[in-house]
Amino acid sequence: MEERRVGVDLKDAKEKAPAMPPPAEKPVVPAAAAPAKPAAAPKPAGPVPEPWNSAIPEDLRNRFGSAIKEANTYLGQNYLLVDRAVVYDVLSILRAEHEFDYCVDITAVHYPKRELQFELVWVLYSFARNERMRVKTQVKDGEPVPSAVSIWPAANWLERECYDMFGITFSGHPDLRRILLPDGWKGFPLRKDYSILQQDQDWVRANLGIESGQ
Amino acid sequence: MLAYLQSYLSQPVTPGEAGNYVWATIYVVAVVIGVSLAVLAMNWIERKALAHMQVRLGPMRVGPHGLLQPVADAVKLLIKEDIMPEGADKLVFWAAPVMIIITAWTTFLVVPFGREHAVTDMNIGILFILGVSSLSVLSIVMAGWASNSHYPLLGSLRSSAQMVSYEVAMGLAVICAILMTGLGGTGMYLRHGGETAALGAGTLSMIGIVQAQAAQGTWFIFKLFPLGLAAFVIFAIAMVAETNRAPFDLPEAESELVAGFHTEYSGFRWSLFMLAEYSGMVAVSSIAVTLWLGGWLRPFATWHGPPIVIPHYWQGGALDFAASLLPALVVFLLALVCFIGVARMPKIPVFRIQAAGLAALGGALGLVGLVMLAPPVRDRVQDVFWFAMKVAGFMYLFIWYRATFPRYRFDQLMKVGWKGLLPVALGVVIVTAVVGVLR
Amino acid sequence: MTEPSSTSSPLDLGGRTFLDSSELVLNMGPQHPSTHGVLRVILKLDGEKVLGTECVIGYLHRGVEKIAENRTYAMFNPYVDRMDYVASVSNGLGYCLAVEKLLNVEAPPRAQYLRVMMTELNRLTSHMVWLGTHALDLGAMSPLFYTFRDREEALKIFEKYCGARLTTHAFRIGGCIYEAYEGMDQDVVSYCNFLEPKIDEYEQLLTTNRIWVERTRNVGVISGAECIALGVTGPVLRASGVKWDLRKAQPYSSYDKFDFEIPTGRNGDTYDRYLVRIAEMRQSVRIIRQAVAGLPEGPIMAKVPKVLKPPAGEVYVSIEAPKGELGYFVVSDGSTQPYRIRVRPPSFVNLQALDKMVRGQLVADVVAVIGTLDIVLGEVDR
Repeated sequence: MEERRVGVDLKDAKEKAPAMPPPAEKPVVPAAAAPAKPAAAPKPAGPVPEPWNSAIPEDLRNRFGSAIKEANTYLGQNYLLVDRAVVYDVLSILRAEHEFDYCVDITAVHYPKRELQFELVWVLYSFARNERMRVKTQVKDGEPVPSAVSIWPAANWLERECYDMFGITFSGHPDLRRILLPDGWKGFPLRKDYSILQQDQDWVRANLGIESGQ
Repeated sequence: MLAYLQSYLSQPVTPGEAGNYVWATIYVVAVVIGVSLAVLAMNWIERKALAHMQVRLGPMRVGPHGLLQPVADAVKLLIKEDIMPEGADKLVFWAAPVMIIITAWTTFLVVPFGREHAVTDMNIGILFILGVSSLSVLSIVMAGWASNSHYPLLGSLRSSAQMVSYEVAMGLAVICAILMTGLGGTGMYLRHGGETAALGAGTLSMIGIVQAQAAQGTWFIFKLFPLGLAAFVIFAIAMVAETNRAPFDLPEAESELVAGFHTEYSGFRWSLFMLAEYSGMVAVSSIAVTLWLGGWLRPFATWHGPPIVIPHYWQGGALDFAASLLPALVVFLLALVCFIGVARMPKIPVFRIQAAGLAALGGALGLVGLVMLAPPVRDRVQDVFWFAMKVAGFMYLFIWYRATFPRYRFDQLMKVGWKGLLPVALGVVIVTAVVGVLR
Repeated sequence: MTEPSSTSSPLDLGGRTFLDSSELVLNMGPQHPSTHGVLRVILKLDGEKVLGTECVIGYLHRGVEKIAENRTYAMFNPYVDRMDYVASVSNGLGYCLAVEKLLNVEAPPRAQYLRVMMTELNRLTSHMVWLGTHALDLGAMSPLFYTFRDREEALKIFEKYCGARLTTHAFRIGGCIYEAYEGMDQDVVSYCNFLEPKIDEYEQLLTTNRIWVERTRNVGVISGAECIALGVTGPVLRASGVKWDLRKAQPYSSYDKFDFEIPTGRNGDTYDRYLVRIAEMRQSVRIIRQAVAGLPEGPIMAKVPKVLKPPAGEVYVSIEAPKGELGYFVVSDGSTQPYRIRVRPPSFVNLQALDKMVRGQLVADVVAVIGTLDIVLGEVDR
């Protein structure tokens, strides 16, 4: 079994600049081929998002201008960051004109420190192009997002789960209610302010007749 | 009294025909006990055979190789709490299992295990059986209704619809066999100990049907090939549907939504339903055996072989002699299997009792085999042996179907019955009749 | 779980209420022999015909995604097995690939071949569970015992390799931790030789069995376009005629070096899905043989630091799990614990299609369709 190297070899460290950062950065594989140059920056360059140059963001920029805030590629994966106001139109155009006929996933990430706390992600795939991309938008807490069910029926349960876990409402969704948690549950667990040990104690008491275990 | 008892023994007919009520009662009791023992044995064989077909062992602990499992099950069912659902119609709830077991056992009145081994022989035997077994449909509807729950009701209605549909096809196949009894044979044949039926006249009597096969020298399954075979196959399929067995067991399947008409029954009442189901299986198999497979006749019954004489033991054809030893041989074989099982048991103290039990069973079987070699027993046991072997074959087929086939959906089941079997059965009857007239 | 709210439920058909006397609302409750786990299906019936269905899920929801935010990347690895517990190796592969992508490392070739071998063995065991339970639901009792018996041998290989039969935790981020044990290649090859006639045996029992064909043909039909619109992937999609498999379309972990076919169906009914999965089993055996034959020498673990701190960023990586496209969306903030891990479960999205597949069919077909979708509630609910 190959031994795992912890950070940078101590031998190499002596050759480098003395101010070595703690072994928390890992080199891009295979890094052992190039010994660290003493004059190089201590942290080897990691991947950075690069601009995505393709017909799709170009076309969308032509239509929506600055509402398309970012169109980047990170580690070979393309994504767009768009304004909430245009996201439905962007998704429709992607489906109708750019052949992204398969809605792979709809999810959200909660950044409580930001003003626009929730970042919604649509992962889309095109069979014809064999290409995958993500569309992201950022919304405030309580701001509804247009539902993509009319574009892809697959979005139905995916959006219900976003609502269930984050409390993001999707306007135009035919049946927006909780899917994994019980209907009467209060609270949205995947938000960062919902502790991992937290439960809706009233619901547990009322429906299970026991005190909540946590 | 003794003379009355002995007066029957000298006659080569069934007690019902001889008018001897005491013997008739004894035969009834023997039949009931026999059928119950058969059901018990069937329970064990089903669990073991099904298990072996599914690469597992089945019951192994309760008695050697699970032989006492049916006894344990019976005891468990008897001592269970008797639950009656609230709001159930009490009289009907009580009456349904009673009725079904009565109808199931009444059919055995005319089932002939041998020339003189039946309770009685009616001249409308087969009609009687078909009629009485149709009453079981009523019991099923009663059971579903009395349970006061709409799942058993739906299940019982489905069950009864299925049974009624396949009874039609069964009846037509039976008609075909009866038509064949009237076809020419090698002479007249005996009925009712003295009355002779004219050549060319058919009979509904169960014993008469077997005698017709004997007289015609062929089992009806081979008669007018392929008509006899077709009628037999139709009956074989319909009888599986009639008894609610796989692949027609949707009404009692666990993985479907409706659990079946006997959901609300537990304990002894449920065991009556189970008894009735297995007795029904034995009954329809007996009908099939009687009508197409020559009843109690041994295969190639017309071949007797050269006459041989063994003093004080045998006088007659050599083949007959060989066949007469067969029952005893089979029992010896079973005893041998028991002893092999004893030899293969693990040699640890825990298994001592099981090994002893199995050895005792083997010994008992050996003794029974020896008894079966004695001339009076040997001659009497022939008929019953062949009949039992054939019925046992059918029982194995039932188990084999259950292990192999998926289940028919209810609408497909009805389609097979009405659109598949019925037209074919009609065709077979018509062709048989035409051929019979032309002959 | 409480009753679904009476407003805006899919079971309401334009103003008519549940109390219409000709319609029956039937509950296939969470405890049911055929729902493959704790799934509740509420059926609206007109006699025997299904007018609409509603799936109530979440009985097995364990908050896996929340747990992920409170564990380090390596600590979360065993949790991933417990989602689709029947195909745990695939789950582990997807997760490891996702984190490796974030770290921008690639497992060494030997590890990739080992991973392919284990994953395809796992595909076999998953399909065997599917076949046994699906046949049992439709009344054929014996294939269950045969498939589980034959699956035992594969589970023995798993046990020898990583110590566990079901929730294997076979891979680590960066490669494999366990080297192929001594005699593993012989074990695997002899298993392949053992299994191929068994697959023929399963086909003998079912493929041309008239009752099986009648129970599965034209049951649960869904077209390719409908599948794509509903996001259905895996054998369900392929049986509807769409020849798409992530192992060929976007190969990962050296799948492009293997020679195998993608079986497809034509009608998109249950029978086609059965045939497709049986054919997939044969292709898996083919892949495993190639993996064993071509296993390269070398290290099995890439150079990853002991304490994993992927740079801040997010990736979405998906693989072709036995049930469909299994995706991991991993968001890192540069710390040792993931900021967000989203699992895109194939069974969850496939189950959405149940309503479409079952409308207009009979009640007995609902059981067949649930079986043919091959859902595992651990994955649906996470």
